[in-house]
Amino acid sequence: MTDILMPALSPTMEEGTLAKWLVKEGDTIKAGDVIAEIETDKATMEVEAVDEGVVEAILVPAGSENVKVNTIIAKLAGEDGASASAAPAAAPVVAEAAPAPVAAVPAPIAAASNFADPELPEGTPTKKITVRDALRDAMAEEMRRDDRVFLMGEEVAQYQGAYKVSRELLQEFGDKRVIDTPITEHGFAGMGVGAAMAGLKPIVEFMTWNFAMQAIDHIINSAAKTLYMSGGQIKSSIVFRGPNGAASRVGAQHSQDYAAWYGNIPGLKVIAPYDAADAKGLLKAAIRDPNPIVFLEHEMMYGHEFDIPDVEDYVVPIGKAKVRRQGTDVTLVAYSRMVGFALQAAEALAAEGISAEVVDLRTIRPMDHATILESVKKTNRLVTVEEGWGPMGVGSEIVARITEFGFDYLDAPPLRVHQEDVPLPYAANLEALSLPSVDKIVKAAKAVCYR
Amino acid sequence: MARTRKGEAPAEKVTDTGVNAFVGKEELLKFYQDMLLIRRFEERAGQLYGMGLIGGFCHLYIGQEAIAVGMQSISHKGDQIITGYRDHGHMLAAGMDPKEVMAELTGRAGGSSRGKGGSMHMFDIATGFYGGHGIVGAQVALGTGLALANHYQGNGNVSYAYFGDGAANQGQVYESFNMAQLWKLPVVYVIENNQYAMGTSVERSASETAFHKRGVSFRIPGEEVDGMDVVAVREAGARASEHARSGQGPYILEMKTYRYRGHSMSDPAKYRTKEEVDEVKTTRDPIDHIKERLAAAGVTEDDLKVVDGEVKRIVAEAAEFARTSPEPDPSELYTDVYLEAAE
Repeated sequence: MTDILMPALSPTMEEGTLAKWLVKEGDTIKAGDVIAEIETDKATMEVEAVDEGVVEAILVPAGSENVKVNTIIAKLAGEDGASASAAPAAAPVVAEAAPAPVAAVPAPIAAASNFADPELPEGTPTKKITVRDALRDAMAEEMRRDDRVFLMGEEVAQYQGAYKVSRELLQEFGDKRVIDTPITEHGFAGMGVGAAMAGLKPIVEFMTWNFAMQAIDHIINSAAKTLYMSGGQIKSSIVFRGPNGAASRVGAQHSQDYAAWYGNIPGLKVIAPYDAADAKGLLKAAIRDPNPIVFLEHEMMYGHEFDIPDVEDYVVPIGKAKVRRQGTDVTLVAYSRMVGFALQAAEALAAEGISAEVVDLRTIRPMDHATILESVKKTNRLVTVEEGWGPMGVGSEIVARITEFGFDYLDAPPLRVHQEDVPLPYAANLEALSLPSVDKIVKAAKAVCYR
Repeated sequence: MARTRKGEAPAEKVTDTGVNAFVGKEELLKFYQDMLLIRRFEERAGQLYGMGLIGGFCHLYIGQEAIAVGMQSISHKGDQIITGYRDHGHMLAAGMDPKEVMAELTGRAGGSSRGKGGSMHMFDIATGFYGGHGIVGAQVALGTGLALANHYQGNGNVSYAYFGDGAANQGQVYESFNMAQLWKLPVVYVIENNQYAMGTSVERSASETAFHKRGVSFRIPGEEVDGMDVVAVREAGARASEHARSGQGPYILEMKTYRYRGHSMSDPAKYRTKEEVDEVKTTRDPIDHIKERLAAAGVTEDDLKVVDGEVKRIVAEAAEFARTSPEPDPSELYTDVYLEAAE
């Protein structure tokens, strides 16, 4: 007897929908036969059999949602009717199948999506939406509002987005405004800046920010500096966006956090939202902004649902941090996915009698150190959390500013939690060791509290 | 078509083809004035550099004047021009105020970028001049993006992206070629082949030195042009511009030219012989060339002297303005980094 397991069909897939069985109990199948279709949040994929035999039992019926990776979905009797030993999983058609993530990944805390920005009245209605769709809605709304706005990048149109962030935009706006580019980051980033100089408002999607290193010259030298070099004549109203940081098990070249890199550059604004409301509200603000924007998303957050204010034209101002959890003993500052880790750590700390305040930076540049400083005045202790490397990092900048402007309020040297100072390893255990974790944040918080 | 190699006279003169018939005496005289303005302006810039009034990098356009002037003569209002760092000639040809250009060279408040750009970074939307870019090859992708904007807006404008034989080896040039042809963007690529990428000759840096063929694998038409003959430049530019403007996509013009001075002011140009430079100056000089045409058209030395005097006056005025315009106010340090988000 051989177990057929729910396969992982992408590096970040944890569960999926078993859409359809293409075989039934009693069928004889051979290796390579397509036996089922599985829907992930990105695509529908076919699953091929690895072994031959007779389908003895289908354990998960068609239409089942949220089937966890590695669940036994069917049993296969060997040709001889009863083999006992081997238990290989079915093989997905795509080669990039990965095992389920081993690292303990905290789920985003629902309560964390306390979107209550001061300007929204109490009782504003909400709806649930994924970060992915929030980003899509932001682009769609801005494209409806301003016909100078268009989207270009790899697979953004016909493929509907490599991560499905641009789903259905081609259908609504056509191929003039949703442009599939060749794989040519340096070239299309430069063209985007050129079009922006001519007065358009391009959104340039990088399939990941890792690939934007091919294009970094245009982001910095062409987009960020030209307003200044031209004495204010030439503006580049352009948004560069895409997933940033580590996904899951994709290795060193696909896992870098660029917040500190772009945060170093005058002329750029750098945004890294955590939840769906900020993803939408800040992307809308970014598209309207007359300056070049680096918008850092997170692949691991795309599929997560949050409450978002159900209001027309929800725009979040750039450059304002947000206190996501009130506390009195220690300030945890984080951005992007690490906000969820910090909130999880705050829960754990509360259980140990330490009250942590969590500040979501939201915008890396300009940095809202005033909000951090106000928090530190209350807690007198500071821990920064970032997915990128420590040296010359976002945490270093925060610590420098709080030391400079709030030295007298600190009761302990601040600590920085960040990726270990190595290229991100592939092996599941080493990857987990390298990245920040809830546990590392808890330890750092206790250390600055001398506990 | 005129074909030239380094230091050789064109095998056939464009004057023999009769295509210059549409260039009248008045226009020839204007070409002469525009080219002479660039040459005298650049000579003066070299002087000011020597006097310490201009700092940093300063790349002179002397020898290449026919290209910027000839191409400008076929451009329409609304067309865009973008180039690299050897940009003074293009700015003057586009019609930017010589005073503002020279004052930018001296880093003064009256400069076109208010002193914050310098020789390599000037812009002027009114004349369609989009820089002035210091990273070799960057202007090609940017210029293709200007064409993308024209295409998007359907405004009928053409973008002219100038670059040198050195930039022609950059990868982003070919990324741009590919997309420009794929999407039929209205862009003319003007390769100013002055034979040297800083100190490296094309023979030492290019596996295919016929740069007009560099678009072949993208199905972009290209032609070689005598870049020392303003009328030949105009004629080829008109063909290229018409091709791009009519929706047929990009076009490549390889202008065979020569720079008389070093790569920048600090370059002694030891990589070529004095004889090589002198031969070009004496046999192919673009201003001498147009003088011959003017003489044939019945323009007298006295007529030219009037133009010479006018150019001299403009350049002197520019130099005086650049010398006396104040340095930018210290408060300018923090302006123009960001625009207010009030759209």
